[in-house]
Amino acid sequence: MDLIGRGLVEALRLLVHGDGAVYQIALRSLYVSGIALVLSLAIGVPLGASIALNDFPGRRLAVALVNTGMGVPPVVVGLVVSMFLWRTGPLGFIHFMYTVKAMMIAQVLIALPIVAGLSLAALQQLDAGLRLQILALGADRRQSFRLLLREVRVPLMAAVMAAFGGVISEVGAVMMVGGNIEGQTQVLTTGIVQQTRMGDFAAAISLSIILLVLTFATNYAMTIIQQRGRRVA
Amino acid sequence: MGRWYWRRAYALTALALAAALPAGALAAGCGAKSATPNTKELILATTTSVKDSGLLDQVVLPAFKAAHPGISVKTIAVGSGEAIAMGRRGDADVLVVHSPKDEEAFMAAGDGTLRLPIAYNYFTIVGPKSDPAGVAKAAGAADAFKAIADKGATFISRGDKSGTDTKELNLWNLAGLTADPKGEPPGSWYVKSGQGMGETLQIASEKQGYTLTDVATYLSMKHDLQLVPLLKESPDLKNQYDVVIVSQLKHATANAAGAELLAAYLTSPEGQAAIGAYGLDTYGQALFFPDANTLGATAK
Repeated sequence: MDLIGRGLVEALRLLVHGDGAVYQIALRSLYVSGIALVLSLAIGVPLGASIALNDFPGRRLAVALVNTGMGVPPVVVGLVVSMFLWRTGPLGFIHFMYTVKAMMIAQVLIALPIVAGLSLAALQQLDAGLRLQILALGADRRQSFRLLLREVRVPLMAAVMAAFGGVISEVGAVMMVGGNIEGQTQVLTTGIVQQTRMGDFAAAISLSIILLVLTFATNYAMTIIQQRGRRVA
Repeated sequence: MGRWYWRRAYALTALALAAALPAGALAAGCGAKSATPNTKELILATTTSVKDSGLLDQVVLPAFKAAHPGISVKTIAVGSGEAIAMGRRGDADVLVVHSPKDEEAFMAAGDGTLRLPIAYNYFTIVGPKSDPAGVAKAAGAADAFKAIADKGATFISRGDKSGTDTKELNLWNLAGLTADPKGEPPGSWYVKSGQGMGETLQIASEKQGYTLTDVATYLSMKHDLQLVPLLKESPDLKNQYDVVIVSQLKHATANAAGAELLAAYLTSPEGQAAIGAYGLDTYGQALFFPDANTLGATAK
């Protein structure tokens, strides 16, 4: 208990004193996960929608693959990305290993199945008649896509929050592809591991508190978007 | 979209992939051979014990950055085993490790061009204050290990091919409990954590068992552990750290130039003095004893 108390005090001290290193780590966490989230949404939502709204042979297999992707261990994703980005790997010449770019790639690959899977489930829930009606009223493909997305705003925002939660809390893959290098690729989660390893529990707890507060604040903002104009279901 | 549309789409995609994969493999092969090192980046693979002691982040790297601002050093802290594996793949430019036998194999295979001692310290056997196995009275580390095995007292091993782990397994072999220096002693009292030194110390503290640790990590965590050092500075507990430069002849992408600069700093009088002074103010004792000028210091 005393340890947690010390951690709280340390967290407040770090935030109030504007500890440069801690701010840097926190901002990097948000930067990496934020960009990864945006990219995974840009690819994942259209992907999920195209699977949900089109019939094609092998569709069920595609859905099964996407759903399995949600359960792939992030550390396995990290290992595979590492093998590609190592100097001796096929993509070694782009020198992405141990940079934030590699961490973003890994996080996009982790978030993508979550976004695709949940958005396709959300769209499949819609009444088939709704889509026909939108098309019958003269909407083209893009307009109908935008309208349908607006209809599934609640589960879609849930997908966004699930994907964000998945990547901001991830530690194995970013440790492997980023290397947890101080001042370059250390983020909140890997920073917590480092502080724990060094035996500085107060610092580890303070970073944990900062991570939780950041995650809560971001999710609160996204919840407001999700729940706008709605009361009880 | 009829089914024929989709079948054609799949067939074309499969053809494209079948063409792209060998082409990609060819390109990757060519790419690797014509690769040149990125001289602005130096990947230093080291052990968790060196990193966690703070020596690199607080002493070595700032001094190196001041002297060579154009080189960005990326410190990757993994176990000695993985660091050497990274060197073998050419994914690291310079290694700071403490696993003499693995380093010798590394050099013998031509993966490294230069190997120099930097500093040493001692491992210590820590355990519960009650010391059920009588380690404090042992003549040396091998005897202490034998006493622990005889008593069946809980022993927590790193179990992760790190330098500490290799040293520990070697001691079990010297104590006569295993047939080869890489084997583990039998018995349920022997527990492997598979993690770093910090986590292993915590497990030992919780289970009130023994473990082999480097002094630096133990000192930094002492206040949170219920363990005491029982055997210190026995000659068979010497822990030698070396710097190894990865061969640019064998691995075209290795930044040998940068590695040489780092090795030069570590073995220079200023570097050695800085290493020797580290820890005096925080812990009241030096954590590393510089020995770059002692020929034949690379331990067996």
